[in-house]
Amino acid sequence: MLVIKDLAVKFPSRFGDVTAIEDVDMTIAPGEIHGLVGESGAGKSTVGAAVIGLLPTPGYVAGGELTLGDTDLRALSREEAHRLRGDRISMIFQDPQTSLNPLMTVEDQLVETIQAHSDVGYEAAHKRAVDLLEEIGIENASARIKSYPHQFSGGMRQRVVIALALCTDPEVIIADEPTTALDVAVQSQVLELIRRLADTRGIAFMLITHDIGVIAQVADRVTVMRHGKVMESGETRQVLGAPEHPYTRALMAAVPPLDRRIERFAIPEPEAGGAGAGEAAERWLLEGVGGAATGLRVLDLSVQFAGTRTSLFKKPEPFTALHDISFEVRPGSIMGVVGESGSGKSTLAKVLTGLVSPASGQMHLGDAPLPGAKQRGRGHPSRQLIQMVFQDPYSSLNSRHRIGAILAEPLWLYGLVQEAGARRELAAQMLDLVGLPADAIDKYPHQFSGGQRQRIAVARALLARPRFLICDEPTSALDVSIQAEILNLLKDLQANFGLTILFITHNLTVVRQMADDMIVLRRGRIEEAGSTEAVFEAPQAEYTQKLLSLTPVMPREWQIAG
Amino acid sequence: MIAFLKRSEGLWLFVRSPAAIVAAVVAVLIIFGAAFAPLLSPVNPYDLSSFSLFDGLIPPLWQEGGNAKFLLGTDDQGRDMISSILYGARLSLIIGLAAMVIATVLGVGLGLAAGYYGGRFDAFVMRIADVQLALPAILTALLIDGIARGVLPADMQGDLRIAVLTIAIALSLWVNFARTARASTFVQMNKEYVQAAIMMGQRPARVMFVHILPNILGPLLVIMTVDLASAILLEATLSFLGIGLPPDSPSLGTLIQIGMQFLFSGEWWILWIPTLFLVALVVSINILGDFLRDVFNPRLR
Repeated sequence: MLVIKDLAVKFPSRFGDVTAIEDVDMTIAPGEIHGLVGESGAGKSTVGAAVIGLLPTPGYVAGGELTLGDTDLRALSREEAHRLRGDRISMIFQDPQTSLNPLMTVEDQLVETIQAHSDVGYEAAHKRAVDLLEEIGIENASARIKSYPHQFSGGMRQRVVIALALCTDPEVIIADEPTTALDVAVQSQVLELIRRLADTRGIAFMLITHDIGVIAQVADRVTVMRHGKVMESGETRQVLGAPEHPYTRALMAAVPPLDRRIERFAIPEPEAGGAGAGEAAERWLLEGVGGAATGLRVLDLSVQFAGTRTSLFKKPEPFTALHDISFEVRPGSIMGVVGESGSGKSTLAKVLTGLVSPASGQMHLGDAPLPGAKQRGRGHPSRQLIQMVFQDPYSSLNSRHRIGAILAEPLWLYGLVQEAGARRELAAQMLDLVGLPADAIDKYPHQFSGGQRQRIAVARALLARPRFLICDEPTSALDVSIQAEILNLLKDLQANFGLTILFITHNLTVVRQMADDMIVLRRGRIEEAGSTEAVFEAPQAEYTQKLLSLTPVMPREWQIAG
Repeated sequence: MIAFLKRSEGLWLFVRSPAAIVAAVVAVLIIFGAAFAPLLSPVNPYDLSSFSLFDGLIPPLWQEGGNAKFLLGTDDQGRDMISSILYGARLSLIIGLAAMVIATVLGVGLGLAAGYYGGRFDAFVMRIADVQLALPAILTALLIDGIARGVLPADMQGDLRIAVLTIAIALSLWVNFARTARASTFVQMNKEYVQAAIMMGQRPARVMFVHILPNILGPLLVIMTVDLASAILLEATLSFLGIGLPPDSPSLGTLIQIGMQFLFSGEWWILWIPTLFLVALVVSINILGDFLRDVFNPRLR
């Protein structure tokens, strides 16, 4: 039984100690999965790190109690704490790519860990390692144990990480975002495995995640954190089904449902308004629109990349990222593109924006043919008409430029506004339109939060007066409440300016809310295409059905009307 | 401004680092002294009429036989040591700075372009860099020097010595800049802001210099300081070997070479004072470079 009482963690800085978490109470019984949920900066990972004694320097536990069984974790010496880690508490990290040593076989890593913690010979350790791999569902374990980590797929690798955590028969496992880097199908398998280990071995899990769907699927109890404090705690059914704290309620309302479409998302404590006034910018945009919206047609599009060279003399086999894709985006509609990692959805965006050349196929923007990257000159009109909002707002804005310079760039580049003062004026108006204060114009990107940065990225795209907007996972790096804000903003802009949008995402619930039509991509091929409602209500392809059934959802009665 | 300085991480680290403060004070004093050498030094060592052989080999003031007119003594020609050193440091710093600037422009330009275009252009530039690395700096300098001697008319050679020396040093230093700029550019090329700029149809030169360059300045600044020290040392080495500046307009290296003749004759100051001065200059610049590296690399903190 892990008991956390009044835990406080502080980080000394040059301006005095910063309190990362305080007054955190939590009790995890054997066999219980305790979900710890919160948005970024809530301090949930800090709780896990404090329990296992791996706080990043110079952080320290400033107060409270941490007890595991009858052991006081705070009273342990360095040496004892080190032995306890792994022996009684283990940890599973987010990224299975980096938590295994790529130069050691799985067997070496497992045997090493087992022998480090118990005095057994190689034979016994090896047998235990094979048994463990079998237990966590790796087939043909006695042969596969000789493999290196890269020879396993992402989900299998995360299973190996779990096996490694199990080596020493721990009482508590802290799982920090264990499924965030995984696709939905693999995620659900890993969650099932965690559930089974809790039930059969009686391990207490602390499951740290930002995904409420994951919590709803496996956790017995849940603690909601915000700004380093516990907001609400209790049985999952209780907390998620009938939340008492306003923050929990707001958080639940911001989660997009999978089984129906809602018009707008509820926003807990808006960071910035929806689409704001910015009338001049609005007029300017409408004036550029002049006439009907622009659609996009793609016919038999294929993309190949150079493959890995296997021989010095043979040309490497090309790797085909997209196979003969054909689809049409109706003018003024939102087309959703869904797929797991490696499905080619980002490649599609790169071809359309002219960063990657297609191997064959045709593209038409409106009635004009759209040449591939190599034939598309820098001055081609589509460079202006197609704009893109990228996934990561932390890298899509140049951190050394002021917001004003970033926003004025498209106006200057496309010769839309000649005079520098007028460009600045329009940029300020556009900031207003996307819901940011006007004084943002002289700041640098790092002075804004992720959601605000994404608004700036949207403003930059709009200032090119585009007719076609590509959004590549625009919200996957954002918290759920910020995601709701950005999606509302995109909906508003689309409705007001008749933009045509290609919305790329791995998140089915978001597509259902945003897209009019959708295509499902898998390994570079279209599995299913159709209107969003039709695909969700009656999916035809087996793959789509599988994706839909595996996406973690909250039971309907827990959902709060938006 | 004051609010900015209060928040500045670099300044905060600087105040807490005694080595950096001492190095900065030494470097600033030397650079200041060199820059205002004509105002500060008692005599002009390049003006033959301003010194006399009768004043030759006077020891520094604190030694027996010292003369209040020559605080650090004189050399065998009767030149005041302080004046020679200040004027010499001036030449050394001018050559070092100029060589560093040329190497930066050349190296950063080529490195950025190599990282941006990749492929064959990258391979071409980097092979040239490899060849350059295989040649010791002194060999490059000798080569340039030889070419200049052969090509330029004899009466111009004296005037162009400084230029020849600067180019020779710059050529042996640009590789550092090119390699660092190329590696940093590769990292930036995958960032979405660069993709966005390319996608919008911006000119390559604008993407490179307006978008990428400001984001890779940190490591380049560090190399600039470290290479400034190398350039000064390289100049001193070349002058010491006699292929640098002539004895009538001595740089620090030339002064050390002149001093070498008096190493065992009891007139220690002629060798040791310019040498210590050079060591102080180079070490302080290097410490500042190390400090800058720590500021720009949070992982080393």
